[in-house]
Amino acid sequence: MKKDRISQKRLNFPERLYLAEILRGLWITGKHFFRNFLMHIGRALGVVKKRRGAVTIQYPEECRPIPAGYRARHRLLRREDGSPKCVACMMCPTICPANCIHIRAAESPDPTIEKYPVEFRINLDRCVMCGFCVEACPVDAIRMDTGVVEMSASDREEFVTVLDFLLDSKPAKNPV
Amino acid sequence: MTVLILLAKIFIMIGFLMTMAVLLTWVERKQSALMQDRIGANRADIFGFRMLGLFHPLADAIKLLTKEDFIPPSGDRFLHTLAPWIAFTTALAAFAVIPFGPPVHLFGREITLQVADPPIGILFVFVITGLSIYGVVLAGWASGNRYGLLGALRGAAQTISYEVSMGLSVIGLLMVFGSLSPAAISEAQGGLLFGVFPRWGILVQPIGFLIFFTAAIAETKRIPFDLPEGESEIIGFFVEYSGMKFGMMWLGEFVEIVVMSGLIAVLFFGGWQVPYLTPAGFLFPGGGSIALPEGIVLGLQIGAFLGKVVFFCWFQMLVRWTLPRFRYDQLMRLGWKVLLPLSLLNILVTGMVLLTWGA
Ligand code: SF4
Ligand code: SF4
Repeated sequence: MKKDRISQKRLNFPERLYLAEILRGLWITGKHFFRNFLMHIGRALGVVKKRRGAVTIQYPEECRPIPAGYRARHRLLRREDGSPKCVACMMCPTICPANCIHIRAAESPDPTIEKYPVEFRINLDRCVMCGFCVEACPVDAIRMDTGVVEMSASDREEFVTVLDFLLDSKPAKNPV
Repeated sequence: MTVLILLAKIFIMIGFLMTMAVLLTWVERKQSALMQDRIGANRADIFGFRMLGLFHPLADAIKLLTKEDFIPPSGDRFLHTLAPWIAFTTALAAFAVIPFGPPVHLFGREITLQVADPPIGILFVFVITGLSIYGVVLAGWASGNRYGLLGALRGAAQTISYEVSMGLSVIGLLMVFGSLSPAAISEAQGGLLFGVFPRWGILVQPIGFLIFFTAAIAETKRIPFDLPEGESEIIGFFVEYSGMKFGMMWLGEFVEIVVMSGLIAVLFFGGWQVPYLTPAGFLFPGGGSIALPEGIVLGLQIGAFLGKVVFFCWFQMLVRWTLPRFRYDQLMRLGWKVLLPLSLLNILVTGMVLLTWGA
């Protein structure tokens, strides 16, 4: 005979009386209550320092640490002289699965460099944060290491990041 | 003068109940948070002060008062408005017979610390809680909503089923103490059992207490017996309520918790009695004694009563946030096949014990 995949444990008599089991449940929740209660008081008095009474992270004030390598909002890197490192090779708009990078190239005044971007827009509304653009870039001009994950705006236009903004973005301070 | 005193007592009582009910909305949030390793509501602030979320009841009140009060077009305007009032006032009224403390002698008058002390006090509580079904049924019916009606039917069935066991569960207690008046029952629990233990209802009637407590939770319509409401999944009788009418239903439920806690304290935990405390001071069974002035004794006794009420409010919250909900047939089975026979058995055994050994 095929065995039933879900095996249900039959309750024995004391368990079926519920009473002891209910008390056990109350004991567990009650323990949590008093432990956390004392912990909160201890923290308020400064006695308890390390442990906390709750697993809650109070979000706007506290944030979870962002690991290194986390794909956050993009930034463009500069050369030593401050000009954009990007050579407008169009690798990133080509690979971008969301088709959200828009570049307009122009001839570079520097004879050793062929092109540079006059316009570089990333529409974050469409970006899927895949990081392909970073992988594709031959000159390491684009990275996603700003650590900015809170992207909100009241207007769609605000989600379109432009060249200067991308160039001025700073890398995250100290990723874990 | 008598009328004035009565009015003052009513005023204090309603004030106490409302304060407790409002605080319980806060306690509910914070306690559940603590039990689940969370922090709980703490965002409502006034000028940057958060006070551990104590302003949330205030924010709730503002929200409920400014919300649209919607009456469904298929509903009955009058009954729809009446139902929350019934639910709310019956919840408040049941507390009238619960004594806060022993009678006080002031300016040559004896003032009882309860609004009314009818000789049938316990019966009055059952009558009033029985009336509270009307709030539920009318709310469900007048909404003109099928889910509301089904919730109301579940509510009515549940309240009626558990009222029976609830009423029968205290009969044993009434037989032991020989009175129906909560004041007299509180008074009688000051004695000692075997000369050592306080003669509290829980020690005389442990089974009665279990049945009563279970039924009391069913009466307040909270988890594990929250079938009439079941806010998110099975939809309850006040689904069509909004604004302050919903607020009254909601607050009425918290008032009921306080009333039930008061009732449990009075019937099974000695009411205002502190163990070994006599009007003259502590008198321990071993022989030791501490003499105390009358005022302190009174303060201790009222404090003990309030403490017991607070404890049972806490305990009901603990139960509510621990257990899952019963299924409807399980609920009915528990009520009719377990609690009812058990309470009848309890009466039988109590009667036999009383006959054999005397009171
Ligand atoms: S992260 Fe992916 S989707 Fe976003 S811009 Fe780069 S390639 Fe496009
Ligand atoms: S791949 Fe790099 S160099 Fe090429 S256009 Fe994109 S950012 Fe510029």
